[in-house]
Amino acid sequence: MIRLAVVSGKGGTGKTMVAAALADISGVPQVLADCDVDAANLALLLAPRRLTTEEFRGMEVARIDPDLCRDCGICADRCRFGAIVRRDDAWTVEPLHCEGCGVCAYVCPMGAVRMEPHVCGEIYTSVTDRGNLAHARLFPGSGNSGLLVTEVKKRAVPLSEGADLMLADGPPGIGCPLIATVSGMDAVLVVTEPGISALHDLARLVTVCRRFGVRIFVVINRFDLAEDICREIEDYCAKENLTVAGKIPFDPAVVAAVREGRPVTRGDSPAAEALREIRESLFSGLGLI
Amino acid sequence: MKIAIASGKGGTGKSTVAANLAWALARSRDVALVDCDVEEPNLHLFFPAPATEMPVTTPVPEIDAERCTLCGECGKFCRFGALAVLKDSVLTFPHLCHSCGGCTLVCPQGAVREVPRTIGRVTCSRPLPRLVLISGILNEGEVQAPAVIRAAKTLAEGHPLTLYDASPGIACPVIETLEGSDACILVTESTPFGLHDLRLAVEVAETLGISAGVVINRSDGQDEATVAFCREHGLPVLMTIPFSREIAAVQNRGGLIAALLPGWEERFSGLFEAVPGVSP
Repeated sequence: MIRLAVVSGKGGTGKTMVAAALADISGVPQVLADCDVDAANLALLLAPRRLTTEEFRGMEVARIDPDLCRDCGICADRCRFGAIVRRDDAWTVEPLHCEGCGVCAYVCPMGAVRMEPHVCGEIYTSVTDRGNLAHARLFPGSGNSGLLVTEVKKRAVPLSEGADLMLADGPPGIGCPLIATVSGMDAVLVVTEPGISALHDLARLVTVCRRFGVRIFVVINRFDLAEDICREIEDYCAKENLTVAGKIPFDPAVVAAVREGRPVTRGDSPAAEALREIRESLFSGLGLI
Repeated sequence: MKIAIASGKGGTGKSTVAANLAWALARSRDVALVDCDVEEPNLHLFFPAPATEMPVTTPVPEIDAERCTLCGECGKFCRFGALAVLKDSVLTFPHLCHSCGGCTLVCPQGAVREVPRTIGRVTCSRPLPRLVLISGILNEGEVQAPAVIRAAKTLAEGHPLTLYDASPGIACPVIETLEGSDACILVTESTPFGLHDLRLAVEVAETLGISAGVVINRSDGQDEATVAFCREHGLPVLMTIPFSREIAAVQNRGGLIAALLPGWEERFSGLFEAVPGVSP
């Protein structure tokens, strides 16, 4: 099975649109994973039917038992995350800031601090017309998004029987969730756009992806909005030996398809046509067809 | 006053709003603009200027092999897997360390000390007479974005008016950015993706008790669902920026519509006045 993640560096370049389109027209047995757990949008385009829902527990979170606490404040002194605060004349843990390290529980002379499980999201498995889907929802304000990405990828594995392709929709950025997404992949498809911000972010993303030894393909979305910068991106890719799998024109059909909750490739439009060509070059590059 | 610009969904135009707002405000007052999107900082592209730079470090353990008895306490304590005690040595994995200091506390031999490790940098420049730009930059391959955000925000302390440009998402980096803000501007686009993620961003702002207003970017006129959502949640729509190839062209080349297209300086000044808590 080939594992492919759609990523971007800069947000909003069209990762989910491209991932949904490729899932739609792939034509090979596949399993899908939405690894953008902060803003999981793939399900909005693929009409999934839910199979399972389970709680996601991140790192444990400290809790202070007010009956045992003698108010010494050593825990607050030792906590490096500012997670133990004075409220209503008592020490209390602010779960938003607790990293779950356990230092407070260790230093408390009264044994008043306990580390407790903390639910910070949900993990789902679903079926779609185009294959099984593992996805998740992070509760707003929770940490542990990298951990949740890893769990989503784990759930995708048992769903992948007979699949030739695991297709993951990745998060923006280059931090914890992105690294959790790219780790263990065979290839990434970077969706970029002709803007100086996107080019800057592409270069940082490529540096990170190279450390994982994945093959890197690039798609330039809305390429005709600034053809001079598009050429700069193509020059950058040539210099860095990255394969440009194709270019997608700006096309109002893309937004229209998102509004209708379907992949853009369900209809005929310039963007859909470009995506079909991208599928050919990408999949033959990956040895899938 | 501290105003955060956030979104949930990536690429809705946070940096566009932050950069143009800062430019418009800096015409008449002192502004500090802080790039808290440390994974992909972009604001410096809109304000090229010579910058000073300082490293951001976090403490990580170093084992004194002379003192270490391989008792295993540090490895047992560390919940992040940053230390592994083997038969004849202790391995450290600095990338996984959260810098809690637990290993130094639990070592009965005093064999663990902390040494600084560079994970990113903060740059500071003055691109305009009344604008200070502070950018947090996470080094490629690092995961501790919140530590770099904290460093950038600390450097901006004391400025009378500060704008924080957040990263997309709803997890730790966004919390770190929004923390301590007086108000936030949530930038969205009028698609189901934009609305879905706006909903999440609103929940984060509510959790932190920060009042919020909404900017609709790249509007194609079909904003009814977004406007209805804002009405239901008591969120003022502060500004609507239409989609136009002209705006996209300015933006993609690192230009500022407030500076280059007529009428936008006034609109961004008006946006500031409309932010909850700015005008009495």
